[in-house]
Amino acid sequence: MTRERGLEGPPPEERETPAGRRNTQGIRIDPEVEATHEPRRTVISALVEHEPGVLSDVSGLFSRRQFNIESLTVGPTEDESRARITLVVEEPDPGIEQIKKQLRKLIPVVSVRELEPDAMRRELALIKVESDRPDQVAAVASMYDAKTVDSCPATATFEITGARQKIDAAIETFEQFGIREISRTGTTALARGTDETTGPSPAEATESTADEANHEPYQPADDD
Amino acid sequence: MSERAASVTPDETDEQDDDQHATTETELESEREAADSKPAPVTTGAEAVVRALENAGVEYAFGVQGGAIMPVYDALFDSDIYHVTMAHEQGASHAADAYGIVSGEPGVCLATSGPGATNLVTGIADADMDSDPMVALTGQVPTAFVGNDAFQETDTTGVTAPVTKDNTFSTDPDRVGTDVSEAFALAREGRPGPTLVDLPKDVTKSETEREPDGPAVPETYHVQERADPEIVAAAAERIENASRPVMLLGGGVIKGEASDVCREFAIDHEIPVITTMPGLGAFPEDHELSLEMAGMHGTGYANMAISLTDTLIAVGTRFDDRLTGGIETFAPDAEVIHVDIDPAEISKNIHADYPLVGDAGTVVSQLAEAVTESPRATKWRAQCQQWKSDYSMAYQTPDDAPVQPEFVVEALDEATSDQAIVTTGVGQHQMWACQYWTFTEPRTWVSSHGLGTMGYGLPAAIGARLAADDDQEVVCIDGDGSFLMTLQELSVAVRENLDITVAVLNNEYIGMVRQWQDAFFEGRHAASDYHWMPEFDKLAEAFGAQGFRIDEYDEVPDTIEEALAYDGPSVIDVHIDPAANVYPMVPSGGDNNLFALTEDQL
Repeated sequence: MTRERGLEGPPPEERETPAGRRNTQGIRIDPEVEATHEPRRTVISALVEHEPGVLSDVSGLFSRRQFNIESLTVGPTEDESRARITLVVEEPDPGIEQIKKQLRKLIPVVSVRELEPDAMRRELALIKVESDRPDQVAAVASMYDAKTVDSCPATATFEITGARQKIDAAIETFEQFGIREISRTGTTALARGTDETTGPSPAEATESTADEANHEPYQPADDD
Repeated sequence: MSERAASVTPDETDEQDDDQHATTETELESEREAADSKPAPVTTGAEAVVRALENAGVEYAFGVQGGAIMPVYDALFDSDIYHVTMAHEQGASHAADAYGIVSGEPGVCLATSGPGATNLVTGIADADMDSDPMVALTGQVPTAFVGNDAFQETDTTGVTAPVTKDNTFSTDPDRVGTDVSEAFALAREGRPGPTLVDLPKDVTKSETEREPDGPAVPETYHVQERADPEIVAAAAERIENASRPVMLLGGGVIKGEASDVCREFAIDHEIPVITTMPGLGAFPEDHELSLEMAGMHGTGYANMAISLTDTLIAVGTRFDDRLTGGIETFAPDAEVIHVDIDPAEISKNIHADYPLVGDAGTVVSQLAEAVTESPRATKWRAQCQQWKSDYSMAYQTPDDAPVQPEFVVEALDEATSDQAIVTTGVGQHQMWACQYWTFTEPRTWVSSHGLGTMGYGLPAAIGARLAADDDQEVVCIDGDGSFLMTLQELSVAVRENLDITVAVLNNEYIGMVRQWQDAFFEGRHAASDYHWMPEFDKLAEAFGAQGFRIDEYDEVPDTIEEALAYDGPSVIDVHIDPAANVYPMVPSGGDNNLFALTEDQL
């Protein structure tokens, strides 16, 4: 009954070990490859079925997979059965790839595309400032093409649209007067010119696109 | 099991007795056939739901009755679908999951709203982690009450969104049947998974004449069958030039029915084969090229090979952390060829140098066509054989110690055929089953892999039994802690007289936890000590099953034989060595090649 042998063989320290190593993203260490995996900010546009629950599916996906999401906006499109979700994310390339692939897996998602750095991007902000110095406030507002939407002796509220940096800059300049409240939307975006924001539909995407972004050269995101 | 289904066929004799024209038995028969081929049109949402299941070819459904799902059960009452009433909804979802694993067709489970639905969640999450095809149908409070915290209301689609492939809150009686058909198609197509349809009571009670559409996936769902030929060609070249090639077969190989083509490829090119835990059975473990399972409790030889390979051909695996150990040292010298039907699995955990998105069978066939020359790997194969002998999966059975669990697993394996199906709970017993059962056929291993659900084994055995061929044995290897979690399902096995043999490897511990506590928590057995375990053989008798007990080695063969021969559910309470541990072991996040053979090496 007694078996003599059992789980013998060289102990761990005497065993052959592999020469290489992978980084935390599972990529074999190669200085050239590793250098490109700093987080970058990018815009992902998803065309989805316009039905209840889609936004919750998308936001749930982001929270449970711990993706670093900067903003998410959603609204109807020219086709009433479809809505567009615009996401701004900041992740290393493999994370951006995962976001696109995981989004694409959701059944109500029709197509997903990462926009080119030259895409048109806009957000809107409402900024309520103290109006103790109305002339100066008006001058700053005009500098940023801000529209007055409300004013009273104590406050003035401006609407400003533009790239994120422009709004950041406007807020910074308004701060000298005292800001009471701010409300900002996230970024919404469209591809430039005749380029379609909508990515390939599933039927059109016949060959493997699964890994294409792993081979794309890195381009810095540059809000206009 | 087909006679069971037949036994619930609606008895049509009463109707036929009134029919004066049906004078002969033959006429009666042909009228019956005509009636069978033309089912009565649907009149309610619930009937549309059941019709959708019938259209999809469903034979069995597992569930528990309740308030909000009652209309669906009422419609099921007239159907040929055989409903297995489970003791608990968790049992229903595990049974449906196992049915899906063994048959390849989605298993169906039903529950009412609120607690019924939430009790299904563990089984749904389990199926989601393991990509098992499953359809869950849940009752819901009437739409007018939804959102008001009505009696037995839960936001079921909200709760299950993270653990389903897709779910639907069905609000239209004219659409409800089609929603179920679509859920069925989605559960099965591409990467399989669980889907759920939430059925408000007013929707299923409402009148409708709308017959459901046949099972079809929504148009936004697209599955890529064939991989990019350029990447296939590049991968083929890499394989031809490999000097240390290994194939890694995951659960996707079995789900994609790709075992045969993978076997042929490996054998043609003499490439050593490793499986993941869900991949057990994809390649015959008694074949010379098999290195069996890699990972935390995988074989030493598989873990040596996977650490040192230069070309890893991975098919249908998601590179779970229990397989990879530390990412940094997982096959770090290997160019990775990754075949998967889900693009999101490519480069998720391990970067794929050759990403091949597509159906496992199709893509491996593409590879087989493209590879014209076998890799020159004689030395590597010899090295693998050397590791097999260095780290052979043997164990010791000292006379002064109680029964060793490995011995019991091997004895069960020897007493059953290659086609026998093994189900398990989760814990040490599950690992011993992986290590010491010699798997040779796909769809014979039914276990909770990704979620690691204790209590999975018995309800899974029920689902597996109903999906299996009549001459296939179904053996549940369980642990005492796991068995205690769902043993009420024995009542179901007894009622349905299911021929299942349960071997409880009883060490009066949550054994895997105790093993970790000994290794990493200074032997402090916080809440892992189960010295108050019931006598499972007597408990089995109380349920109406056959009970056996093993304390000594010489009782093992005869008792197993008797239990297997018993035509119905039997439970063997096997009192094993409470000190027995699972080795080899790669500590969590460790290097696969540094697996420990004893606690001292951890």
